[in-house]
Amino acid sequence: MNIDDIKREFPVFDDKIQNNDLVYLDSANSSQKPRVVVDRIYDFYTKEFSNIGRSVHYLAVAATNLYEQTRVSVQKYINAKDKDEIVFTKGATEAINLVANTFGQKYLSEGDEVLLTELEHHSNYVPWHFLRKAKNIKIEFAEINDDGEVTLEAIEKKITNKTKIISVSHLSNVTGAILPIKEIVQLAHSKNIPVLIDGCQGAPHLKLDMQDIDCDFYAISGHKMYGPTGIGILYAKKKWLEDLPPYQGGGGMINEVKKEGITYGELPNKYEAGTMATAQVIAFNESIKFMEKIGIQNIEKHEKKLLDYGLEKLRKNNSVNIIGNPKEKGGVISFTIEGVHPHDIATILDEDGVAIRAGHHCCQILHDKLNLPATARASFGVYNTKDDIDKLDEAINKCKKIFNL
Amino acid sequence: MDLKDLYQEIILDHGKNPRNLGKFDNYNKDAKGNNPLCGDNVHVYLRLNENKKVEDIAFEGHGCAISMASASIMTDMVRGKEEKEVKEIVTDFLGMIKEKDSLETNILKDDEKTKLMSLSGVKQYPMRVKCATLSWHTLTSALDNSDQIVKTED
Repeated sequence: MNIDDIKREFPVFDDKIQNNDLVYLDSANSSQKPRVVVDRIYDFYTKEFSNIGRSVHYLAVAATNLYEQTRVSVQKYINAKDKDEIVFTKGATEAINLVANTFGQKYLSEGDEVLLTELEHHSNYVPWHFLRKAKNIKIEFAEINDDGEVTLEAIEKKITNKTKIISVSHLSNVTGAILPIKEIVQLAHSKNIPVLIDGCQGAPHLKLDMQDIDCDFYAISGHKMYGPTGIGILYAKKKWLEDLPPYQGGGGMINEVKKEGITYGELPNKYEAGTMATAQVIAFNESIKFMEKIGIQNIEKHEKKLLDYGLEKLRKNNSVNIIGNPKEKGGVISFTIEGVHPHDIATILDEDGVAIRAGHHCCQILHDKLNLPATARASFGVYNTKDDIDKLDEAINKCKKIFNL
Repeated sequence: MDLKDLYQEIILDHGKNPRNLGKFDNYNKDAKGNNPLCGDNVHVYLRLNENKKVEDIAFEGHGCAISMASASIMTDMVRGKEEKEVKEIVTDFLGMIKEKDSLETNILKDDEKTKLMSLSGVKQYPMRVKCATLSWHTLTSALDNSDQIVKTED
């Protein structure tokens, strides 16, 4: 694959940003959008717009079909067994909240344990914390090791006969560690514990096969997969979606509404109350096609090359400390510079058009454990090149110069 | 935008070697502030004597060069001032950081104003304004005996 050609498909790189060529190293936060996705939103709103699922006029039927086509595309992309196992949400955050809320309602009571890891993003902790407050459940955290990984053994150590669900990241947005999710699922299932995977960082970078992984739930963020904001996906095994109560109430998710009572709609409508992010869902189909065209294996290979190059380069740069050293690692490099706070790094890099993120990356538990208030993070997407990493390295040197290091 | 406006020598100096960092025993007012977006935090301690004068002031915390320098310069500047004067300086500083071109208060000497104005570069960096203002809001909170933890605002 030719990265220059791929990069040209992203309009954001056409123009200078503050007089600089954009070096976008913040894809773990959100990816840039290819033209096909942006155009699809425009075309839908200008030529094809209608709400879905309600009316019988031509546009409504056409829009409903387009919306449902994305569901099928996602199903195939992640190799889910059934298209009804794909629920559209406003984001991965909502997908996790949906599971925590509905599973919590039905299956969690005082003293029960939910097992997370110290790597988790706040969106895979706070929804469970709500249950800790509401139902007095306990939250356990599987520990990271010195390399910033969570091993199968670390998970096993925290499983007790009170563990009712395990919810873990596929790929850490800070250390880049790829968790052994298939093994975690096998272990959990041997003890009859369901597993939710927070796939925010997994889905844009790794091959997904729900039937092979065999997890019960998998949360996906659309905007990190070259798709629009406002859309996420909850994959859930059909047995769970049939078994768990609905999440939000409203139009579209009902079967029959009477003064005496209400029956709920069939899957997947049961979990899609109200007017959904129709344009975004329809445009997300283009993101899937875009990724399929390149091939996820090629994306993985490309990002791995960048990661190896980046690690080698930054390790040579004195006073740069790289956070974590996982054996299986995705395209994320978090680092600190002795004597320069990450926010200052980010501001100085930005001056040269190098866009990174600084802060705790919504992982305060992890940063507390690492005893670091904040880190700087460069993360890769399919459009990044070695040249971007060279520019990152140069900008880091400039940073050191300003701070007289 | 120019990085040199933001990272002036004086900021780098105070950022690297913050003055009044730590805690002292006989403080009688204190407050905490944090920046939920980035996890930076500050804890301001001060001793107000019977004449409502800031007898001593110090801070604990961690943050970027801007926030550490701001807290360092602030604590230097308000020591020995009366509560009323401190409040006037805080208002003047926050006004300058957000919109005004200069400091207007007569309480500060010219060289003190120059020192404070070294922080004016953050105006060009809207995302960094909160770094410069956190310790100042926290100082106000300490003087007002507020139990609320200060969160940064724009």
